[in-house]
Amino acid sequence: MFRFLERAENTARLIEAGFRIALTRSSDPESEWKSVIVTSAAEAAYGAKHDVFDSTRITDFLLRDPENPSSVLSVIKAARDNARLVRTALTSEVWSAVNETWMLLTDVLKDKVPETDLPQVLATIRHQSALVRGALHGTMLRNDIYDFCRLGTFIERADSTARIIDVKYYALLPAPSFVGSRMDNVQWETILRSVSAHRSFRWAVDGDYTPANIARFLILDRRLPRSLAFCAASLTENLNYLAEEYGMRHPSNDMAEALKACVSGRTIDSIFDEGLHEFLSAVLRDTANLGLQIEQDFRFNK
Amino acid sequence: MTANNVYFSEMASDGGVRSPYSAYNAWFEKQDSDRLDRKSQEAEAFFRRTGITFNVYGQSDAEERLIPFDLVPRILSNTEWTKLSKGIDQRVRAINAFLHDLYNRQEILRAGVVPIELIAHNDAFLPQMIDFTPPGGVYTHIVGTDIVRTGEDEFYVLEDNARTPSGVSYMLENRETMLQMFPELFSKIKVQRVSDYPKNLRASLEATAPPGCSDKPFVVVLTPGIHNSAYYEHSFLADQMGVELVEGHDLRVVDGRIAVRTTRGFRAIDVIYRRVDDDFLDPLTFNSASLLGVPGVMDMYRAGKITIANAPGTGVADDKAIYSYMPDIVEFYTGEKAILKNVETHRCSEPQTLKYVLNNLADLVVKEVHGSGGYGMLVGPAASKVEIAEFAEKLKARPANYIAQPTLSLSTVPIFTEAGLAPRHVDLRPFALVSPNGVNIVPGGLTRVALTEGSLVVNSSQGGGTKDTWVLEG
Repeated sequence: MFRFLERAENTARLIEAGFRIALTRSSDPESEWKSVIVTSAAEAAYGAKHDVFDSTRITDFLLRDPENPSSVLSVIKAARDNARLVRTALTSEVWSAVNETWMLLTDVLKDKVPETDLPQVLATIRHQSALVRGALHGTMLRNDIYDFCRLGTFIERADSTARIIDVKYYALLPAPSFVGSRMDNVQWETILRSVSAHRSFRWAVDGDYTPANIARFLILDRRLPRSLAFCAASLTENLNYLAEEYGMRHPSNDMAEALKACVSGRTIDSIFDEGLHEFLSAVLRDTANLGLQIEQDFRFNK
Repeated sequence: MTANNVYFSEMASDGGVRSPYSAYNAWFEKQDSDRLDRKSQEAEAFFRRTGITFNVYGQSDAEERLIPFDLVPRILSNTEWTKLSKGIDQRVRAINAFLHDLYNRQEILRAGVVPIELIAHNDAFLPQMIDFTPPGGVYTHIVGTDIVRTGEDEFYVLEDNARTPSGVSYMLENRETMLQMFPELFSKIKVQRVSDYPKNLRASLEATAPPGCSDKPFVVVLTPGIHNSAYYEHSFLADQMGVELVEGHDLRVVDGRIAVRTTRGFRAIDVIYRRVDDDFLDPLTFNSASLLGVPGVMDMYRAGKITIANAPGTGVADDKAIYSYMPDIVEFYTGEKAILKNVETHRCSEPQTLKYVLNNLADLVVKEVHGSGGYGMLVGPAASKVEIAEFAEKLKARPANYIAQPTLSLSTVPIFTEAGLAPRHVDLRPFALVSPNGVNIVPGGLTRVALTEGSLVVNSSQGGGTKDTWVLEG
């Protein structure tokens, strides 16, 4: 359920970044929108329905299309169904926040969203995620159920961040011919906005826009709550709480530790040496496997 | 269907406002109707957000519906309630004694108080329960007696609902809603609390755990699943009690116990509060096609390893043919006259009675003996001549399948409408918990109200709504 909620929020963020860049910066909005679709891992599903990449079709596909299992409408419905199924695992505040989110978004996304309303709709999605998250942090017992909620969130987030970087990895490569010539690369802004780190980057890294700095920030900086290092550390931490509560360690504990080791305590150059794309593919694979291992360790499929 | 006679109004009498309503009426007269209108809409939004909905089968566009809520409370004085609850207590004790007797020594049949045919040919009588006493001797852990009122001191039991009565979540949520909407009312008027129900339910279920189980019994609520019309209530009760909500496929027999799968492996269960019908409870024993139940649960039950609440086979006690014998049943087991009245019931199996019923179909309500939920019944005053003639044929073909009752003039309580207060007919379902420690009745219950003017049908499927039910402090 929290994977779905995280996905809805990430999708809203991606659209927001895409929309903003298309409006203000790009000479080639179509390619911006295309990379939004690729980042949401929806290229095949989208391609089956549309052959043009424009803002109207893409925002509609990502927000409302019932045939897109990752559209905001689809995942919110899935999250709410899920919450209803495990109703007793949630506090009434978390449950009513999820239920209200579903009611509100079903209504807001009932018809095609005109461009004029898009910022408001995206803001609503973000507000509602904040509401659910707030209810979770403020009211849930810190027991295994809470840990499972957090694990879902961070598996989804790690996957999303890795994808965002991977789609634009070429823009982050320290190729002398391309990078460094312009202080301000459109691609970099898209990446930072997609993880809501546009502002924090300036503060944390003193606004020193270099590919190495951006890559380091998104991958290795634990201060950024959407960085791979943060996600891996949180996954490790929540799995450790579970090991403590259950009095035993599972294979997923070691897998999370390995993932954490791979995104912390190293330099960004060592990642570039390994190959950024190869590194990100490995992270995506390991995150997916960790998710499966958690399901197995805690008998979600038995 | 319209009441023929003059009905009893619970709020207003000839001389003005009846005393249980006087404080409320004084408050109400000072209210601005636009504000109340807004409150009414707020209440609906609150119910939607909380998800207090019921599912309607086969309607995909409106899968989850709200039961309309009326903001005028139904108010009972402490004296009225004391008498009512004594009557319920007596009746519930008698039903448990009756069930134990039926499945064991059958003294009531030998004494000829209840005819043996009524039991022998009754599908709700389960042979699997014979010569067995459930843990703590409790059969009906939860009872929701349907009561109607026709006068100042006239309370009738309409149905005993000894299987798995529903509606208690509405009682609790209606009160929560009223507390949110009108806090000032509750500081002025002292109303007895209903909010202890979930805590008491859990304690009551724990007290009936099988002997030899752990000192803190492990209780679960068994639901048929999210598509069941009462799923909200199942999840609500489990959540409020702080116990797990499970489905049949989560449970299995492990090491001679019924166990639920958890994130740490299987854990043995002591008490199942099941909201699954007898038929579906155990595919090995009952309906073999059932996917909702737990294979082997009846064997474990008979081996004394688990408590099932309510016990299987309790349906025989709320059968409509048995109903007509309830006053005798109460007297047989308690040695006292029944405090609550039974609606006069004509057993069509008796030739003289059948003749009377056939001659008076236009004034009577005729029900199938084993039916429930208003199916297969004739409401004489509301039926056409053709319908009555058709029903008469059915009746003649299988007289023993039917009972007939007079049309009752149910009491009214006002509801809030655009034109101000307007009277509507109501019934009442109080909830009683039974454990070896005794009977515990929550002060209040679920008041269902027929929202259509003149209608006597309170069922939510036919335009009924609900109200908060107040029992005033003494």
